[in-house]
Amino acid sequence: MTDISAIDQRDAVAPAQPSMAGVEDYVALLKPRVMSLVVFTALVGLLIAPGHLHPVLGLTALLCIALGAGAAGALNMWYDADIDAVMTRTAKRPIPAGRIAPREALGFGMTMAVSSVVILGLLVNWLAAMLLAFTIVFYVVIYTMWLKRFTPQNIVIGGAAGALPPVIAWAAVTGGVGIESILLFLIIFFWTPPHFWALSLLRANEYARAAVPMLPVVAGLAETRRQILIYSLVLFPVALAPWLSGYAGLVYGAAAAALGIAFIALAWTLKTTESESAAKSLFAYSVLYLFLIFAVLLVDQQLAWVHP
Amino acid sequence: MIERNSGIVLTAEQKRRRNARSVAIGLTLGALVLLFYVVTIVKLGPGVLHRPL
Repeated sequence: MTDISAIDQRDAVAPAQPSMAGVEDYVALLKPRVMSLVVFTALVGLLIAPGHLHPVLGLTALLCIALGAGAAGALNMWYDADIDAVMTRTAKRPIPAGRIAPREALGFGMTMAVSSVVILGLLVNWLAAMLLAFTIVFYVVIYTMWLKRFTPQNIVIGGAAGALPPVIAWAAVTGGVGIESILLFLIIFFWTPPHFWALSLLRANEYARAAVPMLPVVAGLAETRRQILIYSLVLFPVALAPWLSGYAGLVYGAAAAALGIAFIALAWTLKTTESESAAKSLFAYSVLYLFLIFAVLLVDQQLAWVHP
Repeated sequence: MIERNSGIVLTAEQKRRRNARSVAIGLTLGALVLLFYVVTIVKLGPGVLHRPL
């Protein structure tokens, strides 16, 4: 078993050692794969928001949201190094692997977090900056430090942090928070539990070993599959809401319905077959689902401009 | 004053990684300077020329 005592003392002062961290290790701290979905959903929020934002300021907002998400990822890795060390999926991350000292990651994450918020506030607007600050604090303090180790509802509530980027982008353009941006928030919010629980079904043993109270560990695999199906059913009308409320057109409505039916079908297959391959399929599809539903929303709005 | 060797001698790999980190920090700072310059022009627009001489 991995010895985690060395990295469990996050604030211990280590003797000065020459750092072995490469640039790629700092990039890994930013969780680039998570960041790519964050940036994409924020981009869609930026493009469909009413009003005009100069492209340079739009890119600046996107950059700050990406940096803020990266900062949250780095601070998460700093705090969770003890959990990461005992899970196969995360044991090779820079901190548990010993390439970056915990304090280096803390400094890097804090610098990025403060910089992203201040730059967004100074160059774009302070509402967007405050929302970004709230997102980072929510992810790091509420989710990482508290909920993750405390309740199986961790990723349900914590999912709010991942759902906020399009709202931040919307605020960057409009200076406010519209109902449309709340609908985008809700889509990601209700998408997060089935997405994450599909993954946690495959890693239940590792979560148990790391003493993380994920739903499969606490309530069992069968209950997790049932909850995945329930959230998939709730996600269906939520994803249709932009069309039902008139904010999006028929193209989006049809696509959201088709994508939602496929989501429910995979969740149903997972519940009935109880197989690992069904969990893998649902996890992979859920990433594609979120990408496509936001892409279609963007296409739908461009069509509305061309054929009003 | 007598200079003493600290005893820490970087390996070639450590030097390579430190150089890579330095280059990355330099590029990031350069990008920030460029960003603030461009945003200043964008925000002020023609107003950038309106100043007391």
